[in-house]
Amino acid sequence: MQLTSQVVHLFRRELLLEQRQKYALAGILLYIAGTIFICKLSFREIHSPASWNALFWIILLFAAVNAISKSFGQESPGRMLYLYTICDPRALILAKIAYNALLMLVLAIIGLGIYLLLIGNPVQDFGQFTLVTILGSIGFSAVFSMISAIASKAGNNFTLMAILGFPVMLPMLLVVIRASKNAVDGLAWSVGGKYLLALLALNVILVVLSYLLFPYLWRD
Amino acid sequence: MKSNWWKWLCAGLLFYTLIAGLLLPVPRMPILHETIRNLYFHVPMWFGMMAMLGISLFYSIRFLARENPQDDIRANEAVNIGMVLGVLGLLTGMMWANFTWGSPWPDDPKLNGVAIGMLAYLAYSILRGSLTDESKRARISAVYNIFAFVMFMLFINVLPRMKDSLHPGNGGNPAFGSYDLDNTMRLVFYPAVIGWTLLAVWLWQLRVRTRRIREYVLEKTNE
Repeated sequence: MQLTSQVVHLFRRELLLEQRQKYALAGILLYIAGTIFICKLSFREIHSPASWNALFWIILLFAAVNAISKSFGQESPGRMLYLYTICDPRALILAKIAYNALLMLVLAIIGLGIYLLLIGNPVQDFGQFTLVTILGSIGFSAVFSMISAIASKAGNNFTLMAILGFPVMLPMLLVVIRASKNAVDGLAWSVGGKYLLALLALNVILVVLSYLLFPYLWRD
Repeated sequence: MKSNWWKWLCAGLLFYTLIAGLLLPVPRMPILHETIRNLYFHVPMWFGMMAMLGISLFYSIRFLARENPQDDIRANEAVNIGMVLGVLGLLTGMMWANFTWGSPWPDDPKLNGVAIGMLAYLAYSILRGSLTDESKRARISAVYNIFAFVMFMLFINVLPRMKDSLHPGNGGNPAFGSYDLDNTMRLVFYPAVIGWTLLAVWLWQLRVRTRRIREYVLEKTNE
């Protein structure tokens, strides 16, 4: 499979790029830690699990906009042209989504650690919560990778990334918040299952949509 | 005359909607009373908006397939008309909700869904504004249009199922189907939907033609 091997190569390239600029990753981590600390000091205490849950995902949402906006923004026009000549655009977007999903997952796990430490831990079903976090990370990554590609074509400003991304992000975000609320409350899998399925279906739709549309975006 | 028949039909249906909609008897419902007539004006706005967004999606896909700049103009103007209808739908809905639900913006998934749709398409306009190169603008906004349309459809079709809506037909509220047992409301409602949707198409056609003339004049003056 040509496409698969291209995806693997491009994925490795993303890892390599990240390794070369460790400060970028450190910057995002500091951003998350800083945001959580601000929330800690502003809220003092969060008693309701619903607020705890919503706040966690909103922090991750803003972290995602920040982390993924550089995904296409960091590529210079020359480098894009080079990639254009050697690889399939669909391989590029799949690699970007996969890499950003991994990045989001790392950020979510580290963020969750800090969040639990500073704000407290009302989560009752950790297995379910982890699954929601994994699916949510993939979804965030799929939406924002595509939006980052669009925003990078339009001068790549951060405001544009946010206003284009938020309305498109909302269906995903609401399902994620609902599913993770079930996990926090420790509801049975049979209750939360349909939200997990909805989340999975949304992810599949998003990845397919990006796969189909990205080639049109790419040409200059 | 031959090709204009639908415009006459549109005007006729709308006059009929205004007159019959305000004069024909309506079922007496508690709380709703005469405000039930809003059905003829509020609901068709959403039909019109959906039709416009559908047209816009169609031309965006066709633009990506054929790269004809005319399709980009059609898609863009359809979004503009859709937004006008969306604002009118929100205003008529808010007026009605104020009387029946006691607040212009209750926490209702349908309201929130529409608000998100409006945000997405306003972002579409801003995206277009921030791109100067014409062919690039057309292509990128077409891609965003398709992306946004799919997510908007998911938002308004999937999410309301997760939560009960205050709207008739949801969450234990009786649907309009059970009001108009005498069929008089249906007699006005269907013509109203067709009439308002035709008006939207008419407006859209005029906007597209104006844009075309403007571009032609610009080209001529630049020569």
